[in-house]
Amino acid sequence: MAERLKVHVDPDKCQGHARCKALAPELFELDEYGNAHAAGDGTVPPGLEDKAWLAKSNCPEIAIDVIEE
Amino acid sequence: MSDVSQPAAHPPVTDWVNDFDHTDPQWTDDPFPIWEELRAASPVVHTERFLGCYMPTTYEAVREIANDTEHFSSRRIIVRDVRPEIARNAAPPITSDPPVHKPAKQLLLPPFTPDAMKKLEPRMRAICNELIDGFIADGKVDAAARYSKYIPVQAIAHMLGIPESDSDLFINWIHMILELGIKDESKLLQAVQEMSDYFRAHIEERRSKPTDDLISYLMNAKDKEGQPLEESHVLGSLRLLLIAGIDTTWSAIGSSLWHLARTPADRERLIAEPSLIPTAVEELLRAYSPVTMAREVVKETTISGCPVKTGNMVLLSFPAANRDPKMFPDADKVVIDRRENRHAAFGLGIHRCVGSNLARMEMQVALEEWLKRIPDFVLDPAGTVTWSQGTVRGPRQLPILFGRAM
Repeated sequence: MAERLKVHVDPDKCQGHARCKALAPELFELDEYGNAHAAGDGTVPPGLEDKAWLAKSNCPEIAIDVIEE
Repeated sequence: MSDVSQPAAHPPVTDWVNDFDHTDPQWTDDPFPIWEELRAASPVVHTERFLGCYMPTTYEAVREIANDTEHFSSRRIIVRDVRPEIARNAAPPITSDPPVHKPAKQLLLPPFTPDAMKKLEPRMRAICNELIDGFIADGKVDAAARYSKYIPVQAIAHMLGIPESDSDLFINWIHMILELGIKDESKLLQAVQEMSDYFRAHIEERRSKPTDDLISYLMNAKDKEGQPLEESHVLGSLRLLLIAGIDTTWSAIGSSLWHLARTPADRERLIAEPSLIPTAVEELLRAYSPVTMAREVVKETTISGCPVKTGNMVLLSFPAANRDPKMFPDADKVVIDRRENRHAAFGLGIHRCVGSNLARMEMQVALEEWLKRIPDFVLDPAGTVTWSQGTVRGPRQLPILFGRAM
């Protein structure tokens, strides 16, 4: 069952809508301009998979990838 | 000298697909069926009005244009009857194209991050409650004129460090620029002039007495060569923050209250489940997106298979994109717990609204504080709801009954 998930934000696509940070604050961080990147190496801790998918499906710029490893 | 004193009259629209007009009263009152008709006809429609203007009707076509800075310029951001010469530093960064856009935008981003907005939240709650105190004993209120209007204006005045008591002055300038200015150049020029004079006086004052606000922040900002910004740039950005900060969020809060006044089931659910408010705010933003921006075609291209020619404006309707059923199941329904909501209410691409985090916070706080104190309310059947014209859509009169008056 559950593969490990990793989140990734494409820095060229991110425009700082910050939806990912609002929906999954454990998985994303914002820089001083409000642009997002994955927290740590992007590994999604068990139990937060749903938040990872939610962040992906709400990013207006389609900048987030959820990678199944 | 050309006569700019007479605003143009627009004949009523009879053929929406080939002759659309976003200032027509039918569109202003209820644009949703019109967008459906246009979308069914083509992903991009055209009108000869406004000296030639396209409108993408699908989410995909809107996204394509918003991300294409080669063929579409942001130098003109309102679809109007005239195309005067481009003013330098009109309202950077929203009127800027690459490569000058990015450094101008980066200057404004740090004061508007979600963390910066968190610090403002207590002040916002106080503002909302002070406003409610002013009418709660009456049992009725024009919620647009006495509540939603003053929340964003006081917030941005607070951030800019200008007196909240000048709010009516700001609201009048914005009305002149975003509504009357579409058809009447003289009104727009007058408002821009008065705003510039107003901000120049504040800049002058801060030279001897620096403050901790956005005016001082921009006065002290450096460009990418490490030089202070030109005064025209500082003034342009200050005008932008004031214009963009006010009737956009005023409209979004007003439309949300309008929806809740007419939809008791949604109201009751939000009262029972206040943690759903942020999700509901996103859906209200999707369904009643206030802001339509513009682009100018500067190089011929094709959008969703439709050729577009240079010299035409583009009515970049994020609100119409947000009603595209290909993108959103049940796009015409307000689903306050909609989980997947990639809406474009704050724009897409490099011109994403700088104030989106502020607007979201204001909307959440405005609804939370209202619902806490006025859980039951309805539209006043004796009154009339009126909607703004053109660039920003929202109720301008929103008569509401509550409590004993219901």
